[in-house]
Amino acid sequence: MKTKELICIVCPNGCQLEVIYQEEPGIKVISVSNNLCDKGEAWAASELESPMRHIASSILVERGSFKLVSVRTDQPIPLPAIHEVMEAIKKKRVQAPIVMNQVLIRNPAGVPTNIIATRSVDVLI
Amino acid sequence: MMKRIKRKVVVIGGGPAGLAAAISAKKAGCDDVLLIERARILGGILNQCIHDGFGLHRFKEALSGPEYAQRFIDEFRSLDIDVMTETIVLTMDRRRVLQVSSKAGLLEIQAGAVVLAMGCRERTAGAISLPGTRPAGVYTAGFAQNVMNLENMMVGKRAVVLGSGDIGLIMARRLTLEGAKVLAVFEILPYSSGLPRNIQQCLNDYDIPLFLSTTVIKIHGEHRIDGVTVAQVDDRMQPIQGTERYLDCDTLLLSVGLIPENELSQEAGVRLNPLTNGAFVDDTLMTSVPGVFACGNVLHVHDLVDHVSAEADSAGKNAADYVQKGKNDPKIRIPVTPGEGIRYTLPQTISGKRDVTLSFRVEEPARNRRVMVCDGDRVVKRKKVIRLHPAEMVQIPLKKDILKDVRSLKVYVE
Ligand SMILES: Cc1cc2nc3c(=O)[nH]c(=O)nc-3n(C[C@H](O)[C@H](O)[C@H](O)COP(=O)(O)OP(=O)(O)OC[C@H]3O[C@@H](n4cnc5c(N)ncnc54)[C@H](O)[C@@H]3O)c2cc1C
Ligand code: SF4
Repeated sequence: MKTKELICIVCPNGCQLEVIYQEEPGIKVISVSNNLCDKGEAWAASELESPMRHIASSILVERGSFKLVSVRTDQPIPLPAIHEVMEAIKKKRVQAPIVMNQVLIRNPAGVPTNIIATRSVDVLI
Repeated sequence: MMKRIKRKVVVIGGGPAGLAAAISAKKAGCDDVLLIERARILGGILNQCIHDGFGLHRFKEALSGPEYAQRFIDEFRSLDIDVMTETIVLTMDRRRVLQVSSKAGLLEIQAGAVVLAMGCRERTAGAISLPGTRPAGVYTAGFAQNVMNLENMMVGKRAVVLGSGDIGLIMARRLTLEGAKVLAVFEILPYSSGLPRNIQQCLNDYDIPLFLSTTVIKIHGEHRIDGVTVAQVDDRMQPIQGTERYLDCDTLLLSVGLIPENELSQEAGVRLNPLTNGAFVDDTLMTSVPGVFACGNVLHVHDLVDHVSAEADSAGKNAADYVQKGKNDPKIRIPVTPGEGIRYTLPQTISGKRDVTLSFRVEEPARNRRVMVCDGDRVVKRKKVIRLHPAEMVQIPLKKDILKDVRSLKVYVE
């Protein structure tokens, strides 16, 4: 049995969870304490198995009323995949107009998530 | 001659506070609401906060700043509220006469009520008196956020962050994602001033070290910064000899605090509280100048935008009531003061005649404590809190029934 301190990132409370778990045969959470709600337990389990994160960035817009359109993932992605997904975002160029929630990149670097616009950008007049 | 007009409720600032205040004033039945914003677009600081984490309380979703703002902008537009963008309020006086400058020229507005929602600005190197030269490459974290997220400008390749406020943590991650190397975050206090979740997802995830009780003691470089010297500090915040080390960097980001932007308020004679740098307010969020209300970061620095919106809902409604019903409140002012372990409380006075939410911050991190609200020896309310942190505002709602016959309130940590 092992013990680990994890900060739950699901909400701003940021509970400092104490997680007791076993590694053999597979990772299995035995108990979670210091969590203010049930989401903390689910989060601790997924964090130990495979940490998932949302990322936010921006993509260059051609002929837009803004130079950049802010974007984010619509599904959390594995922490180790962040670098590849960022590379896909950096290479991308889009054309105005763009509407909020529009999918700008489908499955970046093969990762099961979409990169969606978090603002609308009009055509520059 | 300068054009003069009369308006019922004028909201200064179109960030989340101003938007919510204008919406709630209109919904409270005031047909004449005007919002004034100096920028080209509405949304305030949220436009540059492209990370997610907004709206978890209000919408039960993790939105980015622009998405959170857009929900309010849509509602604002659907209510057909008057707005002047690219317009700045230059001055305001005690009688609520505003001098306003826009592309169309100067305008004078006599307002029935005013809601102050001007937000805050960042403390700079000058404000914290950093020794050394003043080369290029030293920026506030919010400035870096603005130019990176809105102007597509990269600020540097090897960065050091001074101060562990949330903006600094978020920018440490942003710079890393954009390919820069963030060497470390240094915090002079013995604890971080950012939210724990940001320590995890902005620093730990990217192996960026955080050094507590450590600060930058010198900035090096002629034209562009080429390094900083850092040192540990003792409990009087003095650098400890022998702990100095040099870091080679081309960028220093400062995340050393925010100051409410109250020049305009002061001109109008609004009394400021030195503990918050914002106005003294009563339980309607009215300042010391009758008919002038305040909410959001101009009133006190908030860590969560959800709280900003809730506070602004109430300021906007109260401003509408003030112009429509007149101030029918009896002039009762029951003082609310911070006691042991509390840095400030807000509002600073209450009437005892209405429900009120007390907002406050603690002085030091603590675990498993009780926060007490007392009238002399009498306990009016107690709240168990698992974790208290100076970076997190705490709120306690009080129903008016328990405020009957209260003569004063003191909030303290037990
Ligand atoms: C970098 C950063 C990161 C943050 N991260 C989070 C987060 O992850 N989650 C969260 O919940 N909250 C977060 N916050 C907090 C939240 O965004 C703020 O508390 C909130 O935006 C404050 O709203 P406001 O309307 O008071 O101020 P602002 O958004 O600053 O708006 C003030 C507006 O007033 C205008 N103005 C000022 N003076 C005048 C004048 N004289 N005339 C006309 N207009 C004027 C300004 O142009 C501006 O648009 C963050 C804040 C910052 C700065
Ligand atoms: S355990 Fe629940 S309350 Fe605590 S941070 Fe996680 S989601 Fe928030």
